Amino acid sequence: MVASVQLPFEERSLGSMSLASDHVVSTPSSGGESEIAGRSLTQIAWARLRRDKVAMTSVVVITLILLFAIFAPVICKLLGISPTEINTDNVSDFGGLPNGFKHSGISWQHPLGVEPQTGRDLLARLLYGSRISLLIALSGTIITMVVGVVVGIIAGYSRGWLDTALGRFMDIVLAFPVLLILLALSNPLTQRLEVSFHMQPNSARILYIILVLSLFGWPYLARIVRGQVLSLREREFVESAVAMGAGTRRILFKEILPNLWAPILVYASLLLPTFIAAEATLSFLGVGLVPPTPSWGAMLADSVRYFRVDPAFLFIPGTYLFIVVLGFNLLGDAIRDALDPRAGRV
Amino acid sequence: MPEAPPLLEARDLEVHFPITRGVLLQRNAGAVRAVDGVSLVLERGTTFGLVGESGCGKTTLGRTIVRLYKPTAGAILVDGQDIAAGTRETVQGLPRRLQMIFQDPYASLDPRMTIGACVAEPLRIQRLGSAHERQARVAELLDLVGLRTRDTSSYPHELSGGMRQRVGIARALALSPDIIVADEPVSSLDVSIQAQIVNLLRRLQRDLGLSYLFISHDLSLVRRISDQVAVMYLGRIVESAPPRELYRHPLHPYTVALLSAIPVPNPIIEAQRQRIILTGELPSAANPPSGCRFHTRCWLRTKLGNPEVCTSEDPALSPLAPAHTVACHFASEVDGTPEQESVTRGLGGR
Repeated sequence: MVASVQLPFEERSLGSMSLASDHVVSTPSSGGESEIAGRSLTQIAWARLRRDKVAMTSVVVITLILLFAIFAPVICKLLGISPTEINTDNVSDFGGLPNGFKHSGISWQHPLGVEPQTGRDLLARLLYGSRISLLIALSGTIITMVVGVVVGIIAGYSRGWLDTALGRFMDIVLAFPVLLILLALSNPLTQRLEVSFHMQPNSARILYIILVLSLFGWPYLARIVRGQVLSLREREFVESAVAMGAGTRRILFKEILPNLWAPILVYASLLLPTFIAAEATLSFLGVGLVPPTPSWGAMLADSVRYFRVDPAFLFIPGTYLFIVVLGFNLLGDAIRDALDPRAGRV
Repeated sequence: MPEAPPLLEARDLEVHFPITRGVLLQRNAGAVRAVDGVSLVLERGTTFGLVGESGCGKTTLGRTIVRLYKPTAGAILVDGQDIAAGTRETVQGLPRRLQMIFQDPYASLDPRMTIGACVAEPLRIQRLGSAHERQARVAELLDLVGLRTRDTSSYPHELSGGMRQRVGIARALALSPDIIVADEPVSSLDVSIQAQIVNLLRRLQRDLGLSYLFISHDLSLVRRISDQVAVMYLGRIVESAPPRELYRHPLHPYTVALLSAIPVPNPIIEAQRQRIILTGELPSAANPPSGCRFHTRCWLRTKLGNPEVCTSEDPALSPLAPAHTVACHFASEVDGTPEQESVTRGLGGR
């Protein structure tokens, strides 16, 4: 050994630096060294997102869809269409199929065609339907996120009996046959909501769907978060924060939570379309809203019967739903990539 | 007038990790005795080297001393004051006395924080200084460890391993501690960088009067930096001596075996040296062997014809020379064996 390792590193003189005190005395001796502007990770993420064509397309599409939903009444008024107005003039007297282009009813007056039997305008119904679908999906996602993240962090950080108890509780929730419960409890619960809180039938149903979706949706996220927290809290940078004297709150919010945003955002971007689809499924199964109110699921449910003769009635709402879901998924992917600090810089 | 207490002392420190079985009703099924009765003394301004193979409990010992783990039994005395009881937060000012440098400088830096934020973090946590003062302090620290001020806005992944470890050192120094537990601070770096970091640590020790508990599996490195070296095996210290003494007169068969693994640069001597290859695996710390913990792999025991006392009696750490303690029933037999002679050849002189 003998040969002790050579010392290739020329030691720098220290000058009169006083490290013994806690007070900072000296100032940085940056002798004319120009400061390179540091960008925060958020700024870097934004720059990356702006460069990402897929992400920007998704943002535009999602924004448009949100705007369409918000301004649906204005758009419909401008175009002179209504989602609920029955107009049997648009459909044939025999079989009730829409008149016009290949039994779709597409015309200048009704750009996406009309519904068979009733002759209601499809565009108007699609736009109004998106209001309800997005309302349910967005609020469901937010509630699920909050509950899932909070429970996941508590379970992962506490470990011990609390983690076990929460874990078993999640297992129980996950073991419920969600769809059956949704169907079975739909009538009694929505009626209870209507009576107890003097709610409109549709509001009660929307609230019911949001609650049930988030009630059964959070355990999945909680588990992901719990797993991440378990692994993060053992990471050395968390331990080094503990060694510096950081308390639990700081560890949770400054060390662990920022490193959870990527999985949370990705899960949210997957959850939102799932909820949109779930709402469609529920309406399809008849648990959704009261008939004259349009919803994507109800439209799809109706259209299945006319698939052979009027395929446009199925494909137009289907495509719209597909675009919304795809847009959110792609945006989620892009956000995750942009937030990864290890990815290449722009 | 009584002698001033040493800066850091561990007395009969035990860290056991319970093994639990069962899902709902967790019951204890024994414990992993990671650290099982370790005593050590670190004097001010010196370096205590701790060596041992992986799994011997040296990292656990280091982390327990900075109170990342709670000791099961025993005392940790800083200036004579016991810090073993209570949680880390309740032990007043502990982070300002004791800091840790971690093995993997990448893992120990938050990937979402800039270097400046990383180094300022201990100051923010301890609520020291204004934002401006902290910034100045960060610049001072970065300069101290040989980083440029413009690295402040970089992220850990943009730096090389050596630079990252410098950041790790800078943030360990931020609170001006007097004791630093360095857990394998250079083992993830390549040799030339290792030398830089070791030199940096030595310079800091000289200039700031730091005391190190230096944990490593690299015997040559520990020798270079330490004033006292302890060899750990399965949660215990089996031999402790100043490096010159330890490398010239190893008295524990395990130390002899470890030293035989250090290569010697002189090829003629190296060819003559004997390598003692330990048979078998490191026994489980959950179920350590009876008597002397090393008896299952001991070459001396085989040589002496398997004396009974090795399996029946746990050897105590007893002084055989000044500052040289050994836990072996037959330590005196080691001295002068061809194995000891062969292994230390080329290691003794410097």
